[in-house]
Order: sequence, then C-alpha cells, then structure tokens
Amino acid sequence: MTVTATPVREEAVPEPAAGRRLIDKVFKARELAVAAVLLVMLGATQLSNTEFLSEQGIKDLLLNATILVLVATGQAVVVITRNVDLSVGSVLGISAFAAGTYLQDGGSSLIAILLAVALGALFGALNGALVSLGKVPALVVTLGTLYIVRGIDSIWVGSQQITADDLPNGFVDFGHDGIWVVPYLALLALAVLAAVGYYLRSYRSGREMYALGSSPEAATLAGVPVRKRIMTAYVLCGALAGLAGALYLARFGNVDSATGSGYELTVVSAVVVGGVAFTGGSGSVYGAALGALLLTSINSVLPAIGVSSVWVTAINGILLLLAIAVDRILALRVAAVLRKQAAQLRSARHA
Amino acid sequence: MTHPEPETTPVLALEGVSKSFGAVRALRGVSLRLYAGEAHALAGENGAGKSTLIKALAGVHRPDTGTVLLDGEPVEFHGPADARDAGVAVIYQEPTLFPDLSVAENIFMGRQPRRALGRVDHASVRRATADLFARLGVDLDPDQPARGLSIADQQLVEIAKALSFDARVLIMDEPTAALTGSEVARLFGVVRTLREQGAAVLFISHRLEEIFQLCQRVTTLRDGAWIASEPLDGLTEDDLVRRMVGRDLAELYPKQDTRTGEVALSVRRLTREGVFTDVSFDVRRGEIVGLAGLVGAGRSEVARAVFGVDRFDGGEVEVLGTRLKPGAPSLAMAAGLALVPEDRRAQGLVMDMSIERNIGLTGFADTTRAGLMNRKAERSRSVDWAVRLQVKYARLGDVVGTLSGGNQQKVVLAKWLATAPQVLIVDEPTRGIDVGTKAEVHRLLSALAAEGVAVLMISSDLPEILGMADRVLVMHEGRLSAELTRAEATEESVMAAATGRTNQGSAA
Repeated sequence: MTVTATPVREEAVPEPAAGRRLIDKVFKARELAVAAVLLVMLGATQLSNTEFLSEQGIKDLLLNATILVLVATGQAVVVITRNVDLSVGSVLGISAFAAGTYLQDGGSSLIAILLAVALGALFGALNGALVSLGKVPALVVTLGTLYIVRGIDSIWVGSQQITADDLPNGFVDFGHDGIWVVPYLALLALAVLAAVGYYLRSYRSGREMYALGSSPEAATLAGVPVRKRIMTAYVLCGALAGLAGALYLARFGNVDSATGSGYELTVVSAVVVGGVAFTGGSGSVYGAALGALLLTSINSVLPAIGVSSVWVTAINGILLLLAIAVDRILALRVAAVLRKQAAQLRSARHA
Repeated sequence: MTHPEPETTPVLALEGVSKSFGAVRALRGVSLRLYAGEAHALAGENGAGKSTLIKALAGVHRPDTGTVLLDGEPVEFHGPADARDAGVAVIYQEPTLFPDLSVAENIFMGRQPRRALGRVDHASVRRATADLFARLGVDLDPDQPARGLSIADQQLVEIAKALSFDARVLIMDEPTAALTGSEVARLFGVVRTLREQGAAVLFISHRLEEIFQLCQRVTTLRDGAWIASEPLDGLTEDDLVRRMVGRDLAELYPKQDTRTGEVALSVRRLTREGVFTDVSFDVRRGEIVGLAGLVGAGRSEVARAVFGVDRFDGGEVEVLGTRLKPGAPSLAMAAGLALVPEDRRAQGLVMDMSIERNIGLTGFADTTRAGLMNRKAERSRSVDWAVRLQVKYARLGDVVGTLSGGNQQKVVLAKWLATAPQVLIVDEPTRGIDVGTKAEVHRLLSALAAEGVAVLMISSDLPEILGMADRVLVMHEGRLSAELTRAEATEESVMAAATGRTNQGSAA
C-alpha cells in the first residue's frame, strides 16, 4: 500500500462521482471560506495592532457577535425553508423592553429571559400563521409585522427609556462577565447554535425543513406537514429574536423605542454571507453564525487599524455582494460539471 | 375466463368518484377496484383523467363526490401522508425529488430510521438505500445529491422510494417512459415479485405491449369518464385503442395536404454541452414537422436555443437564409421566428395582465410611435387576433389568469401569430386543454401551414404527432435518433426511436 501511486491513477481515470465530490467540497468549503476570511482578517489586524486580540479584545469580539449570532441562527432556519423573517429587529426591540419593564419592578432574571423568549415566540407564531395559512410571500407578510410590532413598541414605550440603573445587578453582571475570555452570553449563544444545528441535522422535522425549502411541491407529495414545519421555523426564529432581546438588555442595559431598528437587514446579510441560499434547502446555521461573526468583527477591526467606522456599512455591503457572486459562480461551475458528467454517463451507456 | 373479478374485498377502491377543477370536469363518476396480487392497468389518452385519478388515490386531491375505500371501508385521505401511512406508494410521471438533498434522504424523507431520542440514524438510512439499489440492481451512490441525476436515474430513485415501505398498493404513472429496455425488464421483475407477495399494482403506460406484459386487468377512461373495467385476457391492442379513443380520429387531427416550399428554418449541428448534441434538421414552408421524444430528451431545449432564449456551444441556425445571432430572441423575432413555449403559465403569459396587453407584448414595434405606446393600435391589433382565434372572453380587459386553459393557450397563440411569423415553433401546443379546443388548435396549425408558414411542433402526445406532422423527428437523450416520413411514422417506430431501440423497431 504505497500512498504515492494513487494520486496519479486518480487523475488518469475520470471518477464517476467527481460531480458529487465537488458539490460536497463546495458546501463544506462555503463555511470554511467564511471562517478563513475571518481568521485572515483577525490575524492581519493583530499584526498591525498587537493590542487587538488582548483578553478584553477577544471578549468584546465575542460579546458583539453574540446577539447577531442568535438572531441569524433563527433566521437561517426560516431561510432554509425558503422563507424570510424581516420582523426580527422589531421583535428583538419589544422583547428587550418587555424584559426590562419586568426587571424594573424587581423581577427575577430567569423569568425576564423566559418572558422575552415567550413574547418572541408569540410574534413568530403570528408570522408563521400568516405565511403558512395566508399563502402570501413571506417578504411582504413579515415586512407588515415589522411595522406592526414596531408600532406597538412605540406606543407602549413612548419616550420612556430603560437604563442599566433600573436593572438588578445580577442581570447586568450576567451581561458582562464570563469564564476567562468567553462571556456567558457567548456561551449561551453557542449552546443554542449547537442545539439548533443538531436539531436540523438529526431530527426528521429538521430534515423536512431542508426538504421543504428544496422543493415545496415534492415535500407536499412526500407527506411533509408543510404548514407545521413553516410554523415551527417561525416560532423558533421569533423565540431566538426574543432571547436576543433579553441578552441585548443585559449587555447594553439601555432600551428605548428604536432598539433593534434596521437590525433585520444585518441579520439577513449575515445569513447570506454565511452561505444559506435564499432559494432554500441548503446551507447551515453554523455558516450563518460564522457570517454573523464576520460582520460584527469588521466593526472592531476597522477602528483597530485606524480606519473610520463610517466604512463599516459599505464594507458589509461589499461582503454581501461578494458572497452572492461566489455562490453564483460556484453554482454555475457545479452545474457545468454535472452536465459534463451526465454527458459522459450517456456516452458510456451507449458504448 | 382466467381472471374473473375476485370475490375478495379490493385493497383500495374508488366508487363513483368525480372531481372538477373550475369548469373542467376531470373525473366523472369513475370507479376502480384494486385487488391484492393483481396488476391493474389504467388506459386512456392524455387528458382522460388518469393523473387526477391517481392523485385521488394518493390523497393529493379529495374527490368532490364518491368515496375512496380501503379494505372495503370508506376512508378520507387528508393528504399524501395519510395515503402513505395506509400503504399506498405512488411513482409520479415526473419525478418529485429534493434537488439539494442526497438520494438516500430523498427516499426516506419523513420515515428515516431513528436512534434513541428520535434522532435520525443517518448510517442506516444510507445502508437501507444501498440495499434497495442492490435489490433493483442500480448503480447509484446514496450520498449523491438528487440535483444533476438524469430523468431515468431520478425515476429509479422514485421506484426505490416506493419499494422502501413495503407498499400494499403500488401506483405507477408512466414509470417506464424514460427507462431503457433492460431497466424496464428489471423494474417489471421487481413489480412481479411485489405482486406475488400480495401487493396491488396500478400501472399506467403509453406502451400498450407493456400493459399486456405486466397486467391482468384494465380500466379505460375517456374524457374523465369510466368506459370499461375488464380482464386483459381475450383483449387485443386494437380493442384497447378503440376504447381509449372512441371518436373519429380524422376530426381531431384535421391535417390538410399542403405543398412544401423552400427551406424556412435550417438548424445545423446545434450543440449545447450536456443538453443536446449535433442536432441538424430543416423545416420547409408549408410543412408541419413533429418533434417527438421522451420528457427530458432535450426537445424544448433545442427550441429554446433556436429561438435564442438559451445560448448554444456550437452549430448554427438560419431562418430564410439569414443566420441568427445566438442568444438574441428579439433578432430571431425580427427574422420571422416565433416560439409558443411549453409552459403557458410561466413562460407564455403574464397571468395578471389583460388579454389585450398580453397579445400586445409582441407588437411594440408596430404600436409604438416615438417611444410612446399607441393604446388604440394595440387594442385593435389584439381584438383582431382574439376574434380570429375565437378566444372566449367577456371583455378584452379581462385578466388572462381567469380564462380556461384552452383559452389561455389561444391567447399565447394569438400573441405570436400577431407577429406574422414565417417559422412557428410550438412546444406542447395542446397540453392540458380540452378536446374541442385541441381540435381548433390543430385546425389552426394546419391552416397556417397551408398559408406557407413552416411549423415545428414539439409534442409528447403521440397521436397528435402522428395525426398532424408531415415529417417526424425523434430525439433520444439529446440527439436526433430518427427522421420518419408521415408514412413511416407509427406509434411503434416513434417510441422505438424515442427510447433508443432504433435497430429493432423497423419491423413494421
């Protein structure tokens, strides 16, 4: 068994499964590519500014990413089913305020978090019901709920504001402390991410979400309970937006009626940069989380290398377009390989 | 009387089932009884209601009237999952797979073997898939994504899916259409084994000899109505055809004899890598050329490339001596080419727009002055064609989405005929429209040819090809496999060429 002989033979004989290999690689590579870009960026920044990856630096990076990672995880699940949830920013805002109001009157931290999650899940259920029963495009439905929830929030909050002084110390500490450089919030997000990733990979209903996004017609014929799965995806997404709201409160200690405005677009960017296809059925929550980490890290990188942070949004936009361009080019290449492979198979059968 | 009606209760049955879609009555009081250990054929022309009947059995459609009986007891399937849980496996005509997922996941979706805590056991999903493929003698990788599989391979995945849950009832809607001879033989072997083990089988095929090979009993439908259920013993193919057609063929295919003129469309060595290869043919003025072949043979793709919707990698297209620029539909239109596409809802019409404006879409060059549209000119052009084609509408401003399928197809035809094409390509011109309109469309095509238009007609409806075409081109897996004159073209010779069995098909 010499190892050296095999690669030569593999090149000489065209592998019938070459197309599959390539696809496998592409999908794995899609997440690896985001991770690589992230590492190169962080490494380069560290070289030009050795203070960047200090203990506090790493902690800040993780803290900044936590909330986006959570919301992007939920969003990714929805996008995998070939839908979208634009109301996450509004849901985050109103959940944060609800948790803050409860804590102001001296409630327990745990119940505050559960309250935020439940409120988010409730709005998620509303979205899910409208999308799955109404058969209206998710983009429009959730644009509607974005404004409705924001409107309710504005009426309720008015000009009030919750500040860190109003919150119990334990809750605020929870938002800052951690184990060594890893904040509690990041641990929580990581646990949620792993759980959702495991669910999508290892449970029938999780697989059915991919099936549903890949081909809604085939899913119906295969007996997938389409409405139920869409509902689950939206409830999960809403619940995670609610959880993110509670964590937002713990981290920043400051909530008003504009909290979370425009956040949905950052979330969607993170999901797409992370390789979750908008056409549904492919990508993973891990990719979405990496996308979130990448986008938030840019916020920290630019000041560290002395670039004004006004560039952040423009750079996010460029990353988004790059990600879509890369996906498109890869899809075309995969299609070409598959076509060639099919042609080879045909001529082999004719021979 | 070797196969009298068994005295046992049918496993699955329909009694007096009717189903309408809008104004179209797809099924009218149809009954069907499937017995354990018996293969039952469902015969009928395209549009006779076979697919609707299958969907009623599979829980996709709920009958308007009548009942579905499972083991003699009335049941209501609320969805495909209910039918599946009752042991009904369906292989649809067009494979319904998840392109992003692996072949193994496609087969076991929703029914994956599970480990502790309800987790999917990916390893045993893969193993079970490999076992199924071994049983079918298929060389497919369970981990391969469904995207990129050939139609035949996709069909094999569907068959494996049906086998994977030991079905009590196996329903197959033209499973052999895309398979080669040896694949068909293997499939039949598996079906016979299942039948001998006590499964009830419902089988649809356009190839009558397959029906006689595999089945014991046949039910014939015509225009949504039940015609007969009888044992196949003692029936001939001619008997069956008579029951299926039941009307004068000449009336449905009013083909006029025409004088063919100069070459109007000339396609030379057209190739799009992996889709079609080395396709050459001519269509002359006054001629209707049929382009036959199985679904996925590349017919529509050739039409799209000729018209310039898709690019091609090699070859050339000439219309009346002018070489067309690849990938430029507007230049193709200017040269006198028109394409009536296969899918009128997605490609042929803007469903939310009015009849008037849909027809007007091809005429901006004539109805626009200095960049401004002349609505009056557009209106009179549209009225003219809508009336000539006898489109049935209340007002010209009606949204086309509200019209029946046949009338929608007429609007698409009007839209393209209004450009006064010299060469008309029609892709499945009568798919999913009622018999009356079908005859009208045929009369129209025939009249156009008589006026000197060169017509290329793509159709999966074999009687239509045989009834209307002066010449028949047949495609098989991306290549032209036969060119037959009207006299040479028979159901057998066309099917033989379409399935790549050319060498044995020339006996007739």
